Amino acid sequence: MIMKLFRMLGRSIRDAFKSVIRNFSLSLASISCITITLIIVAIAIIASFNVNNFTEEIEKDLTIVIFLENDVNEEEIADVRQELKKMSNVDKITFKSKQEVKEEMQSESEVFNTVLNEWEDDESPLKDTFQVKVKEIEQIKNTAEKIEKFDNVSVVRYGEGMVDQMISAFTSIKNVTYAVVIALILVTIFLIINTIKLTISARRREIGIMRLVGASNFTIKMPFIIEGMILGLLGSIIPVLFTTYGYLAFYRHFDGYLFSELIRLIQPEPFIYTTSLIIIGIGILVGMIGSASAVKKYLKI
Amino acid sequence: MDLIKIKNVEKKYKNGVTAIYDLNLSIEKGAFIFVIGGSGSGKSTLIKMLYREEKPTKGQIIVGGLNVAKLRNKKVYKLRRKLGIVFQDYRLLPKLTVYENVAFAMEVIGAKKNEIRINVLKALEEVGLKNKVHNYPDQLSGGEQQRVAIARAIVNNPKLLLCDEPTGNLDPEKSMEIMKVLDDINKTRGTTIIMATHDKDIVNAMKKQVITLKDGHLVNFKQKGTYDNEAV
Repeated sequence: MIMKLFRMLGRSIRDAFKSVIRNFSLSLASISCITITLIIVAIAIIASFNVNNFTEEIEKDLTIVIFLENDVNEEEIADVRQELKKMSNVDKITFKSKQEVKEEMQSESEVFNTVLNEWEDDESPLKDTFQVKVKEIEQIKNTAEKIEKFDNVSVVRYGEGMVDQMISAFTSIKNVTYAVVIALILVTIFLIINTIKLTISARRREIGIMRLVGASNFTIKMPFIIEGMILGLLGSIIPVLFTTYGYLAFYRHFDGYLFSELIRLIQPEPFIYTTSLIIIGIGILVGMIGSASAVKKYLKI
Repeated sequence: MDLIKIKNVEKKYKNGVTAIYDLNLSIEKGAFIFVIGGSGSGKSTLIKMLYREEKPTKGQIIVGGLNVAKLRNKKVYKLRRKLGIVFQDYRLLPKLTVYENVAFAMEVIGAKKNEIRINVLKALEEVGLKNKVHNYPDQLSGGEQQRVAIARAIVNNPKLLLCDEPTGNLDPEKSMEIMKVLDDINKTRGTTIIMATHDKDIVNAMKKQVITLKDGHLVNFKQKGTYDNEAV
């Protein structure tokens, strides 16, 4: 039974290749269309994965910084910490005392070092701070406003404005690319339907005889579906090369960062391999869907 | 044992023409039957219903245990594997050799290669074309092409062989050759043969069972019948 299936499969693959070669010009048109689509899909995948990657990175870095009043004592600091712990959106709390802030700043620059040394501890303008990481980045504004109302809290800061805008801009870019990709995939499927339709009409006689001598519908349809898959596979060769070498060159050219240290690109390995696999998968799937619907429409058997 | 049972079958085409009225028939295994009648008598429709190219509008058709009238499109291949079909226009694939044309019928149902080889050569020997296996259909005469079609029809060793005017395009001499081949198949393989024809000479020479149809009605079913001009 399994041997029989393999024999039929071998026959189908042979027929499919023959047909691709026989209708070469139309096959080439389909393959080119798949190629163009998949290159754009590849760019979309690379872009959206990278955007996701660095928005996540940025989100990880986003913290609420809480500056306490100048004259807080140990007990009041503990109270604030207690209050923070009670909030549902608060994930991690780190405390930095005046002294720690001062040391940190001094180590960062020589200018700060000299300036800060001129103040005595009790007249220092520096404040004790809490740094809070939140669970839901969308709720950061809300949380920050609540914290501001606590006793002994002087100022609350978080990465307002700029980061929000950046994230929303990237989201709209992502949505546009998705729309373009879907439109292109539909055009490609349409082209594949036409290619397979031509193959079917060229083989009408053969199909009729197959029916007469007792070939099952599945056997008759298989070569056409495999033909679609072959078109998809051939169409994904250039996009895969494009992804692999293109991204590698891109990554090396920018040294792994885009515009600033903030936007870090995804490491090429294994990213290019997974992307290539996705591209091949989409190519084969699009070819299969196209030919399956052509077979369904034009092979009413 | 009856190979075919036809009960109260009626066939009405979508354009309103009724091709068969209330037909009842039983056909035994191993029989050789001519179906005769003028054009529009319904003989082609009867043959087409037997291989489920057409479905009856009423009644029941049982072929080798399969209820043909109720057979779903997806399952038609099960019926087709039980029978061989020969047409007036041969229906060979022009780009395949004689051997490949016959082998095609076995390949598409997934037979093994050596099994295909044995059966194809045997079938081609039976129709007398063993020396032309590597020729293409257009290098053969009409009679030879029809013999290739017969070889293809019997290569899967079916119980039933349906022939729709197989000699319609051939001269009397070639026609008799075809009839001899069919008769041999009927005798040596025991294949049941049903052949629609309007060739008087053939029917009279063969002295087989004859079903006569006229305007969609069964006129008679005779043993060792002849071509009855009046009935037709």
